[in-house]
Formats: sequence, C-alpha cells, structure tokens
Amino acid sequence: MGLIENRLEPGLIVTSVDTVFNWARKSSLWPVTFGLACCAIEMMAAGAARYDMDRFGSGIFRPSPRQADLMIVAGTVTLKMAPAVKRVYDQMPEPKWVIAMGNCANAGGPFPTYHTLQGVDKIVPVDVYIPGCPPRPEALLYGLMRLQDKIAQQTIAKKKSA
Amino acid sequence: MSDETPKEPVSPPAGAGAAPKPATTPKPAAAAKPAAPPPPPEEPPDDLKTIRDNLRSKFKDAMIEEKVFRAELTARFERDKIVEVCRYLRDEHKFNFLSDLCGAHYPTREKPFEVVYHLYSIPNRNYIRLKIWLADGEHAPTVSGLWSTANWHEREAYDMFGITFDGHPDLRRILLPEDWKGFPLRKDYPLEGRGDYPIPARED
Amino acid sequence: MEALTTSFDTREIVVNMGPQHPSTHGVLRVILRLDGEMVVDADCVIGYLHRGCEKLGESRMYHQMIPTTDRLDYIAAISNNLCYCETVEKLYGIKAPPRAQYVRVILAELTRISSHLLWLATHALDIGAMTVFIYCFREREHILDIFEGYCGARLTNSALRVGGLPNDIQPDFKQKVKEFCDILPARIEEYEGLLTKNRIWMNRTIGVGILKPQDAIDLGVSGPTLRGSGVDWDVRKSNPYACYDEFEFDIPLGKTGDTYDRYLCRIEEMRQSRRIILQALERMPEGEIRAKLARTAKPPAGEVYHTIEAPKGQIGWYLVSDGSQKAYRWRVRAPSFVNLQALAKMVKGQLVADVVAVIGSIDIVLGEVDR
Repeated sequence: MGLIENRLEPGLIVTSVDTVFNWARKSSLWPVTFGLACCAIEMMAAGAARYDMDRFGSGIFRPSPRQADLMIVAGTVTLKMAPAVKRVYDQMPEPKWVIAMGNCANAGGPFPTYHTLQGVDKIVPVDVYIPGCPPRPEALLYGLMRLQDKIAQQTIAKKKSA
Repeated sequence: MSDETPKEPVSPPAGAGAAPKPATTPKPAAAAKPAAPPPPPEEPPDDLKTIRDNLRSKFKDAMIEEKVFRAELTARFERDKIVEVCRYLRDEHKFNFLSDLCGAHYPTREKPFEVVYHLYSIPNRNYIRLKIWLADGEHAPTVSGLWSTANWHEREAYDMFGITFDGHPDLRRILLPEDWKGFPLRKDYPLEGRGDYPIPARED
Repeated sequence: MEALTTSFDTREIVVNMGPQHPSTHGVLRVILRLDGEMVVDADCVIGYLHRGCEKLGESRMYHQMIPTTDRLDYIAAISNNLCYCETVEKLYGIKAPPRAQYVRVILAELTRISSHLLWLATHALDIGAMTVFIYCFREREHILDIFEGYCGARLTNSALRVGGLPNDIQPDFKQKVKEFCDILPARIEEYEGLLTKNRIWMNRTIGVGILKPQDAIDLGVSGPTLRGSGVDWDVRKSNPYACYDEFEFDIPLGKTGDTYDRYLCRIEEMRQSRRIILQALERMPEGEIRAKLARTAKPPAGEVYHTIEAPKGQIGWYLVSDGSQKAYRWRVRAPSFVNLQALAKMVKGQLVADVVAVIGSIDIVLGEVDR
C-alpha cells in the first residue's frame, strides 16, 4: 500500500483502485475496545444481537490497538485518562479513524468540571461526532455509516498539498 | 451559593453542627419564598436513646454537641477522642460497619474542616453519625485500625480536602493524579478547575 | 545436577493491567505484583473516570442533579435515582404517595434484573463464555424497551422525581412488565444450564477469590458480594424503604464466599426480583403519583443520610443543606468504591487469570467508583 500511495496522478485508473481500497477499509473497520463510561454500555448493546454491528464488518472489538483501525471513544475522557487515550491512539497503525461517541467525548458532556476534558478532540483528531447522552445504538450505527461514507471519499492518489 | 433567606433567629442549639451561615449580608428577598422554618428539636428514636445516653455519660468531656434531625442522631466529639469513641461504639454497641467517612469544608468557621463518620450496626440495624472539626492544618487520627474500609475513604478525604490522617498506612491521592495541585472539594476551588494540569498536545 | 538444586534468584514482576483493558469493566488500573503466575499484591489505581460529581452537586439545585445521579452507576440508573430522590424527600420531610412507591419498586427491581444481566454478560465474557453475553443482552433489551416506554430513555433514565414520579405509567406498562416476567424464568434456566454445572465454569470460579465474612464486614463490603460470604444483610429487609416491607421475598446467601457463590446469589436475586415485581403489579393502588412540593420550595437546614440496596450494594447519599435550593455538601456513598477495596484481599495468592474472574464477581462500575 505504501508503495503506491501518493505516487499516482488522480485519474481513471486510480478511481477504480480507490473504490476497491475504500470498500475494503470501510467494510472491515475493527474498533479497539475503548469504552470509558455509560456510552460503552450502548456500544456493547450495538455489538449485541439486536443491533448487530457485526453486519457492518465492525463486530470484532480488538483488545489491542495495534490490530484495530477505529477508536470509538465512548464516554468521558478525564485529565487522568487523557495520556492513555493519546497513547492508544498513537499505537494504532495508519489508516485510522476516531469516532467521538456521546456528549462527553464530543465536548465534555454534562460535566463542566475540573477533571473532565471538554471534548476528546483536544487530544486526538476526530472524524465523526455522535451526539447523545448516551446515543442510542442506532445512532452509533448511523455514525458508523457516515464514517463509511467519509472513507469512501478518500483517495490514494497524490494529495495536492502533500 | 447565595443564601437568600432572611437572617433567622438563633436556631436550636445543635443547628451549628450542620448548617453553616455564611457571613454575607442577605440579599433582599424580593420574590423568593422564605426558607422552611427550622423544625422543632427532636427526640431520638428509642434504640438510639440508650446509645446517646451512654455516650453522654461515658464521654461527657469529649462530646461537644449532639443533635437529632429526621430521626438521625449526630454527635460531635473532640478530635483526640474520636478513635476511642469509635472503638467503644464498635465493641459495646455493635457498630461493626463503617458505612461512610467523608470530609467537609466550612470556610466561615474557626475550625473549617470536618470529618463525618456514618456508622451502622448490622445486628441492631441502626445508624449514628459522628463528627470532628479540624482547624486548618490540623491532622485527624485514622480509624483504619478499627475498620479497614476507612483506608480508601480517608485517602479520598485527603485527596479532595487535604485533610491528613495520622497513622494511615498509605496516605496518597486516590482519585486525582498523583501530581495534581490543590484540593478540589474545598470551597475556594472553582468548579471548572484552575486549568493548571497539562494535557497531551494534539499532534496534527 | 547440583547446580539445579541451588536456589534460583527470583524476583517479583510488576504487571500493569489497564486502564484500557478488555476485562476491567471500565477504566480501572490494577498494578499486580506477581511471583511467577501468583499474585502477591494488587494495587488498584482509580480516578480515571473522576468527573467531579460531588463538586457539581454543590452548584446545581437538588432537582437538577437527578440526571447526574444516573451517570454514577450507569447500569442501574434508576436505583441511583431512587436513593437520591428518597434522600432529598427525607430532607424536605415529604413522602412519595403509595402508587408512586409501588411503581418505584417495580422500576427498581427491573433495574436490579437489568444490572445483574449485564453483570452476568460481562463476567461470563471475561471468563470466556461469549454466548451468555449475547443472551443476556437479548433479555436486557426487553427491560430497556419497558424503560423507554415509561420515561423515554433506555439507559440513563432519570425516571423519578423528588416527591414521586414524573408521569403515571402508560396503559400497557403492566402488561409489558408481566410479559417480561413470564419469559424470564425460562431464560434464567438457560443461563444456568450453560454455566452452573459447567465444568469449566466451576473450575474457574469455585474456590476463587474467597472473602471471609468478618473480612467483608470490616472492609465495608455490601450487596451480593457480602451475601456471597454468608452475611445476612440486605437494606431492603433491614431498613425497608419505598414499601419493600409489604412484599415477600428471600435473600439468597452464599456459603464459602467464592466467586461461584456470588454468581449463584445474583442469579437467585434475579428470581426474587421477579417475585417482588409480580406482587407489586397485583397490589398497585390507584392515586396520586407525586407529593406536592413547590418548585421553589427550600428545604430546612440540616443533614440527612439515606441508603438503599442498589444492585451493587449499599448506596447512600449524605446531603447537607444550608436552607437554600442547592446542597452545601453532596456526598455519594458508592458501593463499588468500597467493594473494590476488597479486591486486594481477595486475589492474594491467586493466579493472574483469577484476578479477572474476581473483578467480574465483585461487579463494579467505574462511574460509581470514581464519581
């Protein structure tokens, strides 16, 4: 992958290669188990039988960040936990995406206090924000589908800025 | 928290045990309803009456005040005698369960810090609340020798209020990071924090 | 050969477990000192979910803090609501009307079943039984549907108010609850069929994490963790609240205080909760659902402490009022915080794999531990 990324001019041949790579990536987004608080319970419910995240290819939660490409930050990030979040994010190999699930991960949620990080995007870049306290499992699945749409727009061709 | 109630006449003697009256001048209570009048002094329920009488007789020098509110007995003691009182209650009155131990901060008082003990007796099914008041910088004795559960409770009181417990096996912060500065549950600490704890920088 | 009989130089290793770990039930960090595979000491580092709820309670009105109480033990939100609302009612000196109390009992027992189902799902998943996870969540969805029908939220319900209930139950509430109670016994049999006499389960849980009764009381442990050790104490029986004294139910007790006993206690508690719910459904009176309390009413100055039996143990609130609408001191006595302290005692001398089983059997939720 690294051999052909950013080497080809955008064009027809890249488009169909893009389609294949993007389809492969978005259809097997493996999340790392990163449930922090209440949203983790709804994430588990999304992975269970009724809402079944596995049909999106995302049912396998990897315990190790090295085997995952998606980090669903589900719950409140505190200042004590922030270095651990950053470390897990750094350990994930590229390409990686982050979903901020729930109000706490989005912007601190109902806790404007001394120990709560007001949004996980202060320490890691976030691709999709899912509001809710906690968001329903269907909302998580919707956020996952929006992320899949976002991935579908990526290209392995040379980026203009690069 | 602004206290909008008009200054009330001297509340029943034991009211000082729990109700702080900040020294601010009361704002004119325009449309606010007046606070509920202080309830009349209560007698404790029968099972607590014996305990109260025993405490009164055995620790008459150490007991500073006592109060009954909503059928709960609260007794405040001298700091140095609290371990003895706890041991007496645990051994003689079967208060074998320390339900809760917490701190509190009343900055307008001469002795602003408070440690509150909630004891429960599993055989007798009743509660009692004990308190000690501490001056700024004064240490409290530990009760972790009597009930092991006090270990973490006292660590939390230290973490949140800065109250040091003499004789505690392992007094260090429990909820906040080890290098946190300040004691958040004190009244002079802001809710949003002081913003002085470093967070990892975002690298993109 | 002689060299092999001389003593080896062994050192203890320190292994860090968490805070990101698949089986620590949240952001718990345990620093284990190991002698080979055997645990010499376990030091819990908590606070990774400390959100400052107690400080928040001092700057919000009593009613405004009800949603925050949901997020403490987020698996059993209604029992937090119940304890908090009852404490505030005690402070104000009011009592919820009988119909409200019956509905509260039904909701609280449904919450207990829901919490125990989630406990079983995660505990079994940690030990390796993945099927139980899927099955328990299936039942849990029924309960969450009932909650959603009643108050609009699945998980963090805020289903109660100071003085009673926010709204009366819907016409189909009783029928939905009855239907759930009808399917529950067969489902519990299913879980027991998968686990109780399963050789692997028994090997992993019998004799693991033994907590002696005297140690348990000394460590302040409460709830099924305490009853698994054989101590007969349940707040619903000893200091009844919310009309629990009108129902007949048993309190299951364990014998040895190991993980297996705690598992059996919780399974039986689910059955007893169902018993309570059926009695409450039958006897529910008509009437008011909320005591009259003006929105701007202020409580008298004073302090109260009130506890109930949450699914995890004894939960309590200590409120100090200065006569205004906001608490002066807002203190939660969280059962998981206290029960977790017993972990060090329970895993000493056990193997590393047992640490996972024991953490699961204490049934902690980090929202409560850290507040």
